[in-house]
Amino acid sequence: MADYQNIFTRVQVASHGYAGVPLPPGTGGGERTKAAPLHNYWIGKIGDAQIGPIYLGWLGVTSVVCFLIAFEIIGLNMLASVNWDPVQFVRQLFWLALEPPPPSYGLGFPPLNDGGWWLIAGFFLTMSLLLWWLRMYKRARALGMGTHIPWAFASAIWLYLVLGFIRPLAMGSWGEAVPFGIFPHLDWTAAFSIRYGNLFYNPFHCLSIAFLYGSAVLFAMHGATVLATTRYGADRELEQIADRGTAFERGGLFWRWTMGFNATAESIHRWAWWFAVLTPLTGGIGILLTGTVVDNWYLWGIEHGLVPSYPPVVPTPVDPALAGGAP
Amino acid sequence: MIKHSMRVPLRVAGVALLALAASGCEMPAEQKAQTGYRGTGMIDYQNPRIVAAKQAANVVPPAQPPAPAVGPPASQVYQNVQVLGGLSVPQFTRLMLSITAWVSPEQGCNYCHEGNNLASDALYTKVVSRRMIQMTQHINADWQAHVAQTGVTCWTCHRGKPVPSEIWFNHVDPPRARLAGNNARQNKADENAIGMTSLPQDVFQTFLLGDSNIRVTGTESLPYGNRSSIKQAEWTFGLMVHMSEGLGVNCTYCHNSRAFNSWETSNPARVTAWHGIQMARSLNNEYLDPLKPVYPANRLGPSGDAPKLNCATCHQGVYKPMYGVSTLANYAELAAPVPAPAPPAPPPSDAPTEAPADAPASAQATPSSPPAG
Repeated sequence: MADYQNIFTRVQVASHGYAGVPLPPGTGGGERTKAAPLHNYWIGKIGDAQIGPIYLGWLGVTSVVCFLIAFEIIGLNMLASVNWDPVQFVRQLFWLALEPPPPSYGLGFPPLNDGGWWLIAGFFLTMSLLLWWLRMYKRARALGMGTHIPWAFASAIWLYLVLGFIRPLAMGSWGEAVPFGIFPHLDWTAAFSIRYGNLFYNPFHCLSIAFLYGSAVLFAMHGATVLATTRYGADRELEQIADRGTAFERGGLFWRWTMGFNATAESIHRWAWWFAVLTPLTGGIGILLTGTVVDNWYLWGIEHGLVPSYPPVVPTPVDPALAGGAP
Repeated sequence: MIKHSMRVPLRVAGVALLALAASGCEMPAEQKAQTGYRGTGMIDYQNPRIVAAKQAANVVPPAQPPAPAVGPPASQVYQNVQVLGGLSVPQFTRLMLSITAWVSPEQGCNYCHEGNNLASDALYTKVVSRRMIQMTQHINADWQAHVAQTGVTCWTCHRGKPVPSEIWFNHVDPPRARLAGNNARQNKADENAIGMTSLPQDVFQTFLLGDSNIRVTGTESLPYGNRSSIKQAEWTFGLMVHMSEGLGVNCTYCHNSRAFNSWETSNPARVTAWHGIQMARSLNNEYLDPLKPVYPANRLGPSGDAPKLNCATCHQGVYKPMYGVSTLANYAELAAPVPAPAPPAPPPSDAPTEAPADAPASAQATPSSPPAG
């Protein structure tokens, strides 16, 4: 039989909806906390069983509308590309895409069916993201929170803007941007690395990968530590920060034993936040430098001591195009 | 206690399942051959099960018994022998029997020859065959940078089929709404897809008929005016995926993937492949595309173009066609153009005019204007 151990328990306690903290009078959106929330048993299996109250506001509504416009433009173009055949749309969905304009159009506005739809979809998707960012910022402020969440989100938006807007602008061609599509954007990524001599040797790409993998490791370490010490009360994180209990002592000692160092209950979250934020931030810098400042990262890496050389084990070929006189 | 004793086998089964999933679900395990310096990932992967199937499908048919070079040349015995007239009659007959076995084993002689008049050029297939014999001789004589001494014969592409299984036609944009749905000749999972990718599908007419630049990667570290776009890189990528699929190898068969464009770090096979690209482009332009007026409509592509070749036409999924076994070894007459026979002493009233090996077929021998023979 399941027993109640801590607040991470799988036992659900049915009760009235929780409206949230009391907010100062006049707080924007505060009145919506009075809306009756829903409860769902299965949602409770993976998180809080309570759904709502939801605050949308005009920023949320316009963001959702902009997203739907972009979503429809992309989806209907995909559907049109299979001649409006719903079966083929489903079968080929991962291959379908809305492509940016051919490079010959530069930064001009091309015909709708030659990249114009891509520009319009990109505009509305960007508006949707920016409005959603503003909404995150304002909701955080309304609750008297810090603005860590919107700034972390801004880091992701930065990478999105570099790929689809800033770098194409710098290169003078919308054709440099990413297609909207599942496999097409992956093939684009591989082609991008091939064109610019292997992104592996781009130091900002290295940093981004280190932060990405680091984020995963930190998340696993932190999550595991908290779960492993909840039986001593680690789930009551805030109390433990103010008045360290045995749970945090054990968690800290575990990491000092195993690697000599431990993050504090507070600093682990700064570690995680910065790793997460630096992933797209450094990645975006690496993308922005590609083609604008560096044309071949492999050759750049040779010049800067990044590329090891290996002894040849097969006869080294010579570019046959240099020989001339080929039949 | 029973519950507890069951746990161990369950865990073993779980670990086994995980190992199976981690192996990429390819059974049996792939065989690896290191092709470069350790640690560089220069490894050739082959699945023994797939290799066995390919080996069974890539068997050279037995050669006809050799024929002596005795008696008068074929051009003096038969009419309208334009390309192989310098062979003796037994040699000529032997090659004809071999071609039947290679190209039209079910349809027989009459696939190319009209009824009892073997000299007639009335069937388009005979005109195409003559041109293909010239192409075979040209490949073996002038493209040894790609085919080496192994060479090619009709069998290399045809494999017992009148039309080789791997041919291509120019890309035709499908009908679609004018205002939306432009897939930019890519992003489809149809029969023209390059491998399993969404890469551009018109790579053959771009690189193996046209002469577009394949080399998109910069040759200097800093920007120097290389305006190759990422879209162009997708075209190059598409051609390379075709070569990988067509030869049944991965990228590292030719390239060191840390610098695809660097020749110094590549394998020597890349030089052979480079000549292969030149060869395919040359053959499509000089031999296959010009045959368009010869073909009936049902042999032409959707835009009315002639069938053409790419890497897979000969290779058919194998890095060396027929795993390097030469069919040419027993057919010296296909290794180079056969010299025309010395004209006999009496006035050669019926002697055919020997067509130069690389004259365009359409001008030399169309069904509407067969040369006098």
